[in-house]
Amino acid sequence: MNGGVETALVIGAMSDIGRAVAHALAEDGYALQLAARDPARLERETRDIRVRTGGAVTVHRCDVLDEDGGVSLLDTLDPLPDVAVCVVGLLGDQAESQQNPDAAERVIRTNYIGPALLMGSLAERFEQRGSGVLVGISSVAGDRGRAANYVYGSAKAGFTAFLSGLRNRLATSGVHVVTVKPGFVRTRMTDGMDLPSWLTAEPEEVAAAVVKAIRRRRDVIYVRGIWRLIMLIIRAVPERMFKWIKWA
Amino acid sequence: MKLSGWGRYPVLDCRMERLRDHNLHGMLDRRHTLIARGNGRSYGDAALNPDLTLSMLAMDRMQAFDAETGRLTCEAGVLLADVLDTFVPRGWFPPVVPGTKFVTVGGMIAADVHGKNHHRDGSFGAHVESLTLVTADGKVRECSRSEHVDLFRATIGGMGLTGVILSANFRLKPIETAFVMAETVPTRDLDETMALFEASRDWPYSVAWIDCLARGARLGRSLVSRGTFMACGSLPSRLVREPLCPAPVGRLMVPFDAPSVLLNRASIGLYNALYYRRGQVRGGARPIHFNPFFFPLDRIEAWNRLYGRRGFVQYQCVLPRAKSPAGIAALLERVAATGQGSFLAVLKLLGPAGEGMMSFPMEGYTLALDFPMRNGTLALLDALDEITHRHGGRVYLAKDACCTPERMREGYPRLGAFEAVRAEAAGAPPMFASELSRRLTL
Ligand SMILES: Cc1cc2nc3c(=O)[nH]c(=O)nc-3n(C[C@H](O)[C@H](O)[C@H](O)COP(=O)(O)OP(=O)(O)OC[C@H]3O[C@@H](n4cnc5c(N)ncnc54)[C@H](O)[C@@H]3O)c2cc1C
Ligand SMILES: NC(=O)c1ccc[n+]([C@@H]2O[C@H](COP(=O)([O-])OP(=O)(O)OC[C@H]3O[C@@H](n4cnc5c(N)ncnc54)[C@H](OP(=O)(O)O)[C@@H]3O)[C@@H](O)[C@H]2O)c1
Repeated sequence: MNGGVETALVIGAMSDIGRAVAHALAEDGYALQLAARDPARLERETRDIRVRTGGAVTVHRCDVLDEDGGVSLLDTLDPLPDVAVCVVGLLGDQAESQQNPDAAERVIRTNYIGPALLMGSLAERFEQRGSGVLVGISSVAGDRGRAANYVYGSAKAGFTAFLSGLRNRLATSGVHVVTVKPGFVRTRMTDGMDLPSWLTAEPEEVAAAVVKAIRRRRDVIYVRGIWRLIMLIIRAVPERMFKWIKWA
Repeated sequence: MKLSGWGRYPVLDCRMERLRDHNLHGMLDRRHTLIARGNGRSYGDAALNPDLTLSMLAMDRMQAFDAETGRLTCEAGVLLADVLDTFVPRGWFPPVVPGTKFVTVGGMIAADVHGKNHHRDGSFGAHVESLTLVTADGKVRECSRSEHVDLFRATIGGMGLTGVILSANFRLKPIETAFVMAETVPTRDLDETMALFEASRDWPYSVAWIDCLARGARLGRSLVSRGTFMACGSLPSRLVREPLCPAPVGRLMVPFDAPSVLLNRASIGLYNALYYRRGQVRGGARPIHFNPFFFPLDRIEAWNRLYGRRGFVQYQCVLPRAKSPAGIAALLERVAATGQGSFLAVLKLLGPAGEGMMSFPMEGYTLALDFPMRNGTLALLDALDEITHRHGGRVYLAKDACCTPERMREGYPRLGAFEAVRAEAAGAPPMFASELSRRLTL
């Protein structure tokens, strides 16, 4: 804490979801630490946040594909944040991931190994301090592997399981873990895709849900409630049938 | 994708892309034309180009604010609603606002929008200190009253035809409260309406809603609404707790219940009569929140859909002051004669023209009407155009979907100067073009 103001770290702050989360947290009164691969590009975001909210913002570099998995980010954080949100992710191209192991590895490292190790290291420090909230943006794609995106989906599944275990382990430590499964979101990642609007959230909606989940110490959230139901059904289909279904 | 303006007429299949950062190079391609698009609140075809319509909505960063002078620098895709949310609580208000807050800063500059205070404060462009513009050569130019002056004057009101506005700065003005002391005065006919406008010059904000079905001796009867921002000291006690709240609370700040009546489009006549009577009953000045005062229609989302699938057109013209009494009467008579009516019939006295070469406002009366698109609507518009033209007036390009090149040209005497500047900025043939510019052979 610095003088009563709580600090929130957003990793992946250049993404549409990351930016919306950063704005919502700033409006909620947090001082911000924004991390991205190219911090110079964050200048535009920090100015925007400063003008809009007058809040404090610092900028940090983090690339989860670095040799250290991006964990050196933690040494640049002063103070240690009260809240950390990891938005890092890469949809990749399923066909490419099938043919090219390097591409698949990139997707897996960006969605699973990187974020998991980051959240894990932050958890250690939060646990020592005895407080903090960790938020991981995972995906409904991790709820069941589908032909269309299982490389991405399996990595998200790994991240979801990691967060679940972390939450379980830290339950009595004062550290809380939130898993976010946003469903479809209208962002750069989905630009040009033809998504059904009733299933598609705006980044601001995701951000509002994240802030609420932090406040209420929720465990797992689906941004639009309908997704919880959809995934319940999708998970319930027996594999014997599931394998024949061609998902759009 | 299928795109249209707010009137949903015309609808065109356009390639649309979002500009995401300040780098436009990939988009400036001699092989096709493009037009910038803000929030699509212009009514007709100004923000449409089948080749490439470039959405500016992702260019929505604020860049700097000077709390001493109120100067805000922001990207062109920032919404007016965002500016209000951010700055009203700090005691600042935009110098000029149109009738909806869901417009972008770029759109307000490109159409050089006017508000209820035009007679006192001029149009939005008058408050813009500088803007950055990307021209066809890919250069980013800072334009102001001291640098690239001609380009500045052509871009204000230039309907996106000189280039893509990336950012701008303009001054907000201080307010003590978010409330307006407003009064609505009914008038019996057009003469009285105009006399009241003249007598209301000292009111910062004024506008009239005309009962456009009234004919004969009652032609032009109106509800003239005028207002001024309230000082802290004059706020009634129930409002002092949050004098600068950005959103209205409770019902008491809603000036009238018009919008729900609007929902039934069979009821224009009734609506106009009611509207008129409502205003009559409630005399005297009352405090109302700025939202319902400036943006009454924003309360109903997507009200443009009320007109059905064929959409609607808005007709807005301005006539020189001397010709206004006769000209406005002629326009109103022509409309009343069709019995078609118009939901919105708004009259306002504008102040002197500003510096924008293609800006719409000039000293005189502006009348805005809208009509559902049906058989016969185009003929009616043509008749209205003819009256406007005959009285030395012009139509507002941000609303227009039907005007002819010849009439438009006569209405905009600085068009020659504009075309010269545009040729330099947009190249030949011009890279920045819209369905509007094509239709009007600009
Ligand atoms: C309910 C309602 C009430 C209104 N009331 C008023 C009023 O009182 N007074 C008034 O003046 N107008 C009024 N308008 C019209 C509206 O203010 C203008 O049409 C305004 O330009 C819309 O802004 P926009 O961001 O939606 O722009 P768009 O409609 O998307 O575009 C309008 C024009 O601006 C250009 N443009 C937009 N952004 C840029 C950019 N970044 N660079 C270059 N060119 C750009 C476009 O090419 C186009 O020519 C009203 C409209 C509505 C729907
Ligand atoms: N859009 C959807 O429909 C949707 C649905 C469910 C879940 N999600 C998840 O939401 C998150 C944000 O997605 P988005 O839609 O906003 O997409 P996006 O714009 O592509 O965001 C991806 C983010 O990940 C960061 N990133 C990528 N590789 C990185 C690396 N090696 N090291 C550090 N950061 C890296 C990017 O950082 P840079 O800014 O530095 O490039 C960017 O901030 C992702 O985790 C995504 O899986 C999205």
